[in-house]
Amino acid sequence: MDWFLQQLINGLALGAIYALIALGYTMVYGVLRFINFAHADVLMLGAFAAYYLAPAVAKVFGPATVPTALTVMVLSAAICAVIGMLIEFLAYRPLRHRPRLTVLITAIGVSLFIEYTGQHEKVFGAATKAFPTLLPQKEIIVGALRCSSNDLVVVGFTAVLLFAMWYIVQRTKVGMAMRAVSFNEQAASLMGVNVNGIISFTFAIGSALAAIGGIFFAMRAPGIEPLMGVQPGLRAFIAAVLGGIGNLPGAALGGVVLGLIETFFGGMPGLSDYRDAIAFALLILILLFRPAGLLGKMQMEKV
Amino acid sequence: MKRRIFFSVVGAMALGFAGCQKTASNEIPVGEFASLTGKEATFGQSSHEGTVLAVEQINEAGGVLGKKIKLLYEDNASKPGESANAVNKLIAKDGVVAILGEVASSRSLEAAPICQSNKIPMVSPASTNPKLTETGDYIFRVCFIDPFQGTVMANFAKNSLKEQKVAIFTDVKSDYSKGLAKFFKEGFTKAGGQIVAELDYNGGDKDFKGQLTAIKAANPQGVFVPGYYTDVALICIQAKEIGFDVPFYGGDGWESSKLTEIGKQAVEGNYFSTHYSPDAGGEKAKAFVEAYKKRYNGKSPDAMAALGYDSAEILADAIKRAGSTEGDKIRDALAATKDFDAVTGKISINKQRDADKAAVIVQVKDGKFEYKETVKP
Repeated sequence: MDWFLQQLINGLALGAIYALIALGYTMVYGVLRFINFAHADVLMLGAFAAYYLAPAVAKVFGPATVPTALTVMVLSAAICAVIGMLIEFLAYRPLRHRPRLTVLITAIGVSLFIEYTGQHEKVFGAATKAFPTLLPQKEIIVGALRCSSNDLVVVGFTAVLLFAMWYIVQRTKVGMAMRAVSFNEQAASLMGVNVNGIISFTFAIGSALAAIGGIFFAMRAPGIEPLMGVQPGLRAFIAAVLGGIGNLPGAALGGVVLGLIETFFGGMPGLSDYRDAIAFALLILILLFRPAGLLGKMQMEKV
Repeated sequence: MKRRIFFSVVGAMALGFAGCQKTASNEIPVGEFASLTGKEATFGQSSHEGTVLAVEQINEAGGVLGKKIKLLYEDNASKPGESANAVNKLIAKDGVVAILGEVASSRSLEAAPICQSNKIPMVSPASTNPKLTETGDYIFRVCFIDPFQGTVMANFAKNSLKEQKVAIFTDVKSDYSKGLAKFFKEGFTKAGGQIVAELDYNGGDKDFKGQLTAIKAANPQGVFVPGYYTDVALICIQAKEIGFDVPFYGGDGWESSKLTEIGKQAVEGNYFSTHYSPDAGGEKAKAFVEAYKKRYNGKSPDAMAALGYDSAEILADAIKRAGSTEGDKIRDALAATKDFDAVTGKISINKQRDADKAAVIVQVKDGKFEYKETVKP
């Protein structure tokens, strides 16, 4: 039983990070109907921004304190928001009305560009770097169960950000404009919505989420390198699809489900080397029965 | 349109010629492939630096057979598949007489068949998987192999750490890790110990808590993790986070300053076996450490640098004794290497074309690798 509960805690903590990253994928998809593959690399850039900012910020607030962590996160998120808007402006906007496949391939191109530029020794270099400790870490022990305070912080942050995103999309004017653009871009622009502005805003928020996801990911596994985004990015993308892409609570649910599946199968002797195969086979099964994802709604194609 | 095609063809040809690294007749071209970027970059860079230093010293001392050695190197970015391209290019285009490389066994195993079928001798500095030299009679290495290293660690766990029940945590993506795990298991059970849990991970994973929780549940006294330094550091950190406090130990894949940079407190007190420790060596090792520090701005050489250095020296020695740069003659000379005084100890090449030499065991202490003991074969 202890074993089961411990794995549950491990899985939830991992799933929360996937969920956080998946939110970014889903936000952009919701508005633009395309997968921003560079999201995973913005995540990496977020972690590297924090890596370079942390020593400077630590001088002001002291190393590994809550204000340090918050300042680093806010600054990195801001940097990544700008990068996200730039990517959209330079790479995606010129292709806005081209076939969707063109944009998709461009997104993959942007992703590879960031990864391999980052590996150049004059940029970040290929070798793994040790990520600094941002938050004071405490172990929480209940009976035989253990959990790191960071894990709780991640789960808490994900919940708060999920609610914030939901609030922005459903309850604010900007959110209404986002939904309008998503529904029909042309009609929205005729109604006076600044389509370019809304899309930039969406990318800014998505990239800020990626940055925070990247920092949490780096706190959990404190070795960062330019390809670190690939694996969690892929998982989060799958999580977003599993939950129903374009659907915010769906992304969170998908992330948690994926985290749990991975942790439980990873922890079974004899099955641990099939962990990813089993996780992805289950996903295929789920999608066979619910093609729109767990919380997604089937949409009728207009003819 | 036609003209454009014409120009692009001419352009491509010009590029092709420019890309050819010309070797003068008073130079002996030697190829090297290494993981200079990517996941195992610190290994590749270390061994590369050692090799470069050796070649420079050999050339300063007059070269071999009255010619200078010209080192042509390629990066495989730590990626599967790239080594084959690199080695093909070195042999076909640059016409190298021998190949040096790689540290990671999986990468060396990709290159070995190509060297073998071209009859170009290959000397691996640090690939310990036994399969490598089984590829053929042109493949050599200057390090010990996994059965030895696995057995050394098994005996160390059983006799020095006095452990009875241990777990093994293997990187299923890596031939090196699987090889070590297999021989550790054989050695440990033969010595009367018991393996209570065997779990796997994929090299490059960032989350190991699922597996670690399962290992902890089996209550081992120690865990053998024959992985590479980045993964090992993360594994040790996450083990501490779930309150799993037993010694972890592994092989030479641990040896990198990144292990302590990333792992910090979490890797303290753990052990690994490796090829050399600056504290254990003789005169030759001392001279090497000094020369290396001078060449690379005060950086201390690790085992991979020492092995990279040895691989180049042994090859140069073989070319000298062969009196020729023909593949089969160098091969025969390499196979006849006996008691060569290398940085990592006396090296003799045995019948399987592996090096017969001792291993050292070190402990991580205050962020440094402290010499514990030397184990002779």
